[in-house]
Amino acid sequence: MIDLSLLPDGGMAWLDGSGPESHLVLSTRIRLARNLSSHPFTPRSTAADREGVLADVVVVARETVSLRNAITFRLDALERTDRQLLHERHLVSKELAALGEPGTVRAGAALLVQDRSGVMLNEEDHLRIQGLRSGFALEAAYADIDRVDTELGQRLPFAFHPEFGYLTSCPTNVGTGLRASVLIHLPGLVLTKEISKVLQGLAQVGLTFRGLYGEGSEVVGNFFQLSNQTTLGKSEQELLDHLGKMVRQVIAYEEQARQVLLRDVPTIIEDKVWRAYGLLRYARTLSFDETMNLLSGVRLGVGLGLIEQVGLYTLNKLLVHTQPAHLAVLAGIRPDDPELNVRRAEYVRGLLADETGRRG
Amino acid sequence: MRCDQCHERDAVVHLTQIAQDQVVTLHLCEKCAAEKGVESGAAVGKSPVGQFLATMGKGMEAGGVMPGPTSGDRCPGCGATLSDFRESGRLGCATCYRTFESSLRDLLRRLHGSSRHIGERYVPPGDSPLPPADSAVQLRQQLRLAVDTEDFELAAELRDRLRAVEGEV
Repeated sequence: MIDLSLLPDGGMAWLDGSGPESHLVLSTRIRLARNLSSHPFTPRSTAADREGVLADVVVVARETVSLRNAITFRLDALERTDRQLLHERHLVSKELAALGEPGTVRAGAALLVQDRSGVMLNEEDHLRIQGLRSGFALEAAYADIDRVDTELGQRLPFAFHPEFGYLTSCPTNVGTGLRASVLIHLPGLVLTKEISKVLQGLAQVGLTFRGLYGEGSEVVGNFFQLSNQTTLGKSEQELLDHLGKMVRQVIAYEEQARQVLLRDVPTIIEDKVWRAYGLLRYARTLSFDETMNLLSGVRLGVGLGLIEQVGLYTLNKLLVHTQPAHLAVLAGIRPDDPELNVRRAEYVRGLLADETGRRG
Repeated sequence: MRCDQCHERDAVVHLTQIAQDQVVTLHLCEKCAAEKGVESGAAVGKSPVGQFLATMGKGMEAGGVMPGPTSGDRCPGCGATLSDFRESGRLGCATCYRTFESSLRDLLRRLHGSSRHIGERYVPPGDSPLPPADSAVQLRQQLRLAVDTEDFELAAELRDRLRAVEGEV
């Protein structure tokens, strides 16, 4: 079993609920896709190429300030549950952790983490430099990874084309290689059925949305990852400014929707959020999806000031620890054990009872 | 953008054809594209790249409205061909971008609305800074190439950029 306590705050600093707009925005993540000009891109690479990339990056990382004390996880040496843990903490992609079919980890797949930044190695691109911050913090997250990018780029030859910019395995990432995502909770827009209009509007201005775990994942618990669609033809700052402006707009829409709900259907909303709380507080079995949806209801209740018994930190903690691999580790069973739903309900009841006891 | 055929669904396939010596671009939804015999499913996936690549393949087979090398050309860096790229949607190495430059320029323009990186400029270790993409000399070279390959859309864009750069001096 890997020791996640080695990570700064167990790799969970971004979930502490302390960042700007954290009542709506869970986290901000930015990644830069980079490749070494000295090796073929990952999809065409051999195991020896990928070992070469890993060795090169690990050696120069020691010379940098931003990654000098980084912890390295070799995913090809980890059990599935451990890889899933890293994925559930949003530190590695599903692809790198090989959680889909056929489930074989690519030789050389690795993760370096220090403070709030990290680098995925031998993902679709050789390097995916990533930064994760609590709340809505595009500038801060970019500053973190810009330093990593500069320090590594001074020591390793990145693939760069004078016209096209940074070269990536997939042409959708070429140019800046920058994808910024804001993980935002939008139950008000979902309940007022305004969400599809908002998402369509975002598509028209070059933004896209994904689910809780990024690319290819489904929307659960009304969490949406909003991010830039294109990476070329705009500067890094323009991409961040544009996304930032649109996210602020979405926050305003969500707040409006919540006010409409409180004004027009107060009883229905109150009933909905308290039912969610009641189920979480007393249920004897809970699936992951049901938990996410109920947590969404309680989070809405907390945001509207209807529920005062629970804090954001506890809600975030529940969000992380009720995920299958986290819960399995906590309960000492396998993530596919049929007991898991019973253990999940026990864990949620315990945490909410403690919190209610504290808050009275 | 709405589908040119049904005017209902969003256009996801952009089909360039030559009909009676005229280049015509049709913007189609997935359903109407399928009716016209343009695949956008199974082999190429549902990504915009996959869909574009499908139409790109058709275009090239139909007599070459796309500039650039034929499917048989191999990247000297990694041995990948344009067909490999069409199948996987992934380039093989940095050299692929040079080898298939003109095809990729067109693809990038469709994907991103531009093929020109204006973000941070990278200086490789031990190198002097790269010249900016819009140096007049480079633009003139690209313009000549665009005219030679009869890519008039690109040529017009380059001409404008060249004017802007020369105007600044």
